[in-house]
Amino acid sequence: MNINILLFGQLTDITGIGTITMEDVADTDSVVQNLHRRFPALATSKYVVAVNKNIITGNTLLTQNSTVALLPPFSGG
Amino acid sequence: MKNDNTSYERYQRQVILKEFGEAGQQKLLKAKALVIGAGGLGCPALQYLAAAGVGNIGIVDDDVVSITNLHRQPLYNTMDIGFAKAGKAKHALARLNPEINITAYPDRLTTSNALDIIEAYDVVIDGTDNFATRYMINDACVLLNKPLVYGAVSQFEGQVAVFHHRMPTGEYSVNYRHLFPNPPKQGEVLSCAEAGVLGVLPGIIGTMQANETIKLITGMGELLINSILTYNALTNHTYEIGIPATTEAESMVPASAAAFKQMDYQLLCSSVQPDGGFEIDAIHFDTLLNKEAVEIIDVRETHEWPLPTGFNYKRISLMQLKEAMPAIKSNTVIVFCQSGKRSLQAAQWLFDEFGESKKIYSLQGGIIQWINNHSTAQV
Repeated sequence: MNINILLFGQLTDITGIGTITMEDVADTDSVVQNLHRRFPALATSKYVVAVNKNIITGNTLLTQNSTVALLPPFSGG
Repeated sequence: MKNDNTSYERYQRQVILKEFGEAGQQKLLKAKALVIGAGGLGCPALQYLAAAGVGNIGIVDDDVVSITNLHRQPLYNTMDIGFAKAGKAKHALARLNPEINITAYPDRLTTSNALDIIEAYDVVIDGTDNFATRYMINDACVLLNKPLVYGAVSQFEGQVAVFHHRMPTGEYSVNYRHLFPNPPKQGEVLSCAEAGVLGVLPGIIGTMQANETIKLITGMGELLINSILTYNALTNHTYEIGIPATTEAESMVPASAAAFKQMDYQLLCSSVQPDGGFEIDAIHFDTLLNKEAVEIIDVRETHEWPLPTGFNYKRISLMQLKEAMPAIKSNTVIVFCQSGKRSLQAAQWLFDEFGESKKIYSLQGGIIQWINNHSTAQV
């Protein structure tokens, strides 16, 4: 199962890229845990998680080609 | 100048749009829009709102024009450097459109003045550059039931949304607290006080804010409500994400004007607990000293010195602290000792006792370092 992950704002400073593809992840908790293992600085960053363009509040099951987005707060003006 | 023909010609190219029309123009002329922050986002928003004929525009900004502003704030020119932005913006906009009323507030928006200023307007445009003011504006708009046109930038990306808009059902669309209920804590967002920004990015986002504002006032099109749009200037990609209405957010907004005035947004945004440590440096310590509700405790033994001057504090030694805890009533407590080690232990004990019901800080480096800092500063 392919999952597309989009990162926004300063989160891409941590990952170095804005798009990541992940296989064999069943739900959003697994995606987040996997990302935190690969990029420890993400674990201390603030962001919300969206699945298929809707913000989720708890662990959410993913399906083939789901898109998971991590959106941090922006403050600049 | 308020000649009908002049007005007609000025706005003719938008009035001939059938969705906009004479009715749209009349709505704009009667509208009152408040732009908070006359910087990268505020300048383009102000220019397009004034040009379009929004009849009453307020500008809040306590800053002065600097040369580093000019690449992204083309409302100002080189001659304006060193002058107050609110006044210079008003002057430039009055030349652009002398047929509208413009009010400059060259003040910092605070919990004391925010409700009074915002109350007089129909819509608020957030062009500020820090989380503390953004949360304050959001909460004020929710309390006063004013729609908020939000915009923010980070490096090459921008966000736009319309918050707390009264929908046809009579309910209000989501606000910033639904997206991020709490401000980020120290270390959760990289500092962007000196972050780079390409001048056109806030230009694009601020113009999108002006567009949402004009749509909101005239009732044209679809607003960015219950969602947030992200724009990437490097890829031209946009991404719109839906925001659900959660009950958690509602409980985060102060319940009344009185509660709002008691809020310390600055503190909220620099909060470092519970997992980020309790330590604050001398500069942060000094900013907290001026807050009325702060209780400061020296946890050294009574024979230890030096004794700092310039602020009030209690002496409760670390050994006596646990017994004395029931007497600690303030919601913000700062502890200090000689070097910052015992006070860190004290902060942990206080957190164990009070949890997140109190903000607890420990002065890093202790009172010795604080005194050294101050004696150096005076030289």
